[in-house]
Amino acid sequence: MIKVEGLTKRYPRTLAVDNVSFEVEKGQIVGFLGPNGAGKTTTMRVLTCFLPPSDGRAEVAGFDVTTHSMDVRKRIGYLPETPPLYPEMEVGEYLEFVARLKGIPKGDVKRRVQEASERCRVADVSGKLIAKLSKGYRQRVGLAQAIIHNPDVLILDEPTSGLDPKQIIETRDLIKSLAGDHTIILSTHILPEVEAICERVIIINKGRIVATDTVANLTTRLRGSELVALEVSAREGETKAGDVQRKLEQVAGVSRVVAKDGRDGKARFEVESLQGKHIRPDLARAVVESGWNLHDMHAAGLSLEEIFLELTSGDPKAAADKGGAQ
Amino acid sequence: MNNILIICRKELKSYFVSPIAYGLMAFFAVIAGYIIYVATAFFIQQGMQAQMGGRSMPMDMNEQILRPLLMNVSVFGLFMIPMITMRVFAEEKRQGTMELLITSPVTDWEIILGKYLAALMMYGCLLVVVFVEVLILSIWGTPDFKPLMVAFLGVLLQGGSLLAIGTFISTTTKNQIVAGVATFATCLMLWILDWMSSFNTSGWGQVVSYLSVIQHFDSFSKGVLDSKHVIFYLSFIFFGLFLTARSMESLRWRA
Repeated sequence: MIKVEGLTKRYPRTLAVDNVSFEVEKGQIVGFLGPNGAGKTTTMRVLTCFLPPSDGRAEVAGFDVTTHSMDVRKRIGYLPETPPLYPEMEVGEYLEFVARLKGIPKGDVKRRVQEASERCRVADVSGKLIAKLSKGYRQRVGLAQAIIHNPDVLILDEPTSGLDPKQIIETRDLIKSLAGDHTIILSTHILPEVEAICERVIIINKGRIVATDTVANLTTRLRGSELVALEVSAREGETKAGDVQRKLEQVAGVSRVVAKDGRDGKARFEVESLQGKHIRPDLARAVVESGWNLHDMHAAGLSLEEIFLELTSGDPKAAADKGGAQ
Repeated sequence: MNNILIICRKELKSYFVSPIAYGLMAFFAVIAGYIIYVATAFFIQQGMQAQMGGRSMPMDMNEQILRPLLMNVSVFGLFMIPMITMRVFAEEKRQGTMELLITSPVTDWEIILGKYLAALMMYGCLLVVVFVEVLILSIWGTPDFKPLMVAFLGVLLQGGSLLAIGTFISTTTKNQIVAGVATFATCLMLWILDWMSSFNTSGWGQVVSYLSVIQHFDSFSKGVLDSKHVIFYLSFIFFGLFLTARSMESLRWRA
């Protein structure tokens, strides 16, 4: 449905998007993940024909964004970061205007406005001035605007930014309910959002794709080894961190032990296992058998958050190798 | 064509839901009314003097009331035009609704023409207010309507030229006030360029004064429909809209 090849966007002093390629299948929800300024919005703007690419090509529903711009625009619904609303208009009036603008035949306008406002639950405010709407409602009117012409592709730029937790959940549910009929690309810098909504993630940093995979794959691939946090103290007297560390290193399956700052006479460690080894039972036994107290032991694991940080901080090239960018 | 009308309708609506349209129309009604009052009072005074002096002076309503009226209206138009065009694109840019327009299946020219047409109609509404006052005046006199219509056409064309420039200026900024002030300065410039001809009759002076929008209005105000001046205004309008289109295109590259 969406095909991007070697997309590059240069500005006078910056390279906003650098040779980005990816594909999105019909009906998928794909998350664009990256810190602020990573090039998410720029990529989306190219897909919506707002910006022309400096290099490379992008195709939506089989139409090139530069040569068949009008065909692409008819098939795309776009919600920019700030919903494009006219404050002086009423909600219903605004949706009617957008419907006409998107080329919906006169006879269908009323019906489409009705459908879109019911789907996005804004039907109850259709007579209200947009200027008087709350942020959550504005976002929903923005979504209604994007789906009004039943586009094949929906492009949503940070659809949940600035909403309160309840509104975020509602918006996410709404987006999920739109999948299937529409192919959706949404950008965000919030990780749980991607875990909650998307089937695939494209992690982008400094204009480059650093990883692209399903959410599940990405987590298991980077979570291959186990990371365990330990808190240990001697039963009496001073705790000798060095002894404990040596002992822990001897446990089978341990690849690395990192000493952390201890508190209240307790020593703390982070222990990493070899690929696919379960080391927690052995660690516990080793500590107890040596006569130390085991205060705490939990899986520190890599959350998606850490994966993200790991992939997006530092040298993008090295991160790309690790993340296995395609 | 349909898209142009959709955008034009939306623009007109936004003029008339805000106080701008009503404020401008009310202001225009007062100004035009005042000018008509003063011109008519002077006209009557002259008529009486002519009668008492026993001299027969040619009295012409068109020449003595309506021509000065439309000359003045065309000048006051200069002040109205920035207020009409300042928000046209600047506001869309500020609100982020420009993204909606640009990513919709409509061409840049359709957006520009829709907006320009709405601005022109808004200006037309101001002229209608003046026209209504002239109609009221015609209860007591019989002006010749043909030259009057030509003069109105001239005001509309002159205003249309400045509106086109104002539309262009509005695409260059996100700030309405900046757009308004810059448009006003430009309109004023295009108006006073005419002064060159009064002291400099060399080639340069003539070229500069030819660019003044007010200079071409003269023959319209006399009721003469000269294709030379019509073409000047039409090409001026096209030039302004052409600049707008280029400026809009550059938004895509720079945004």
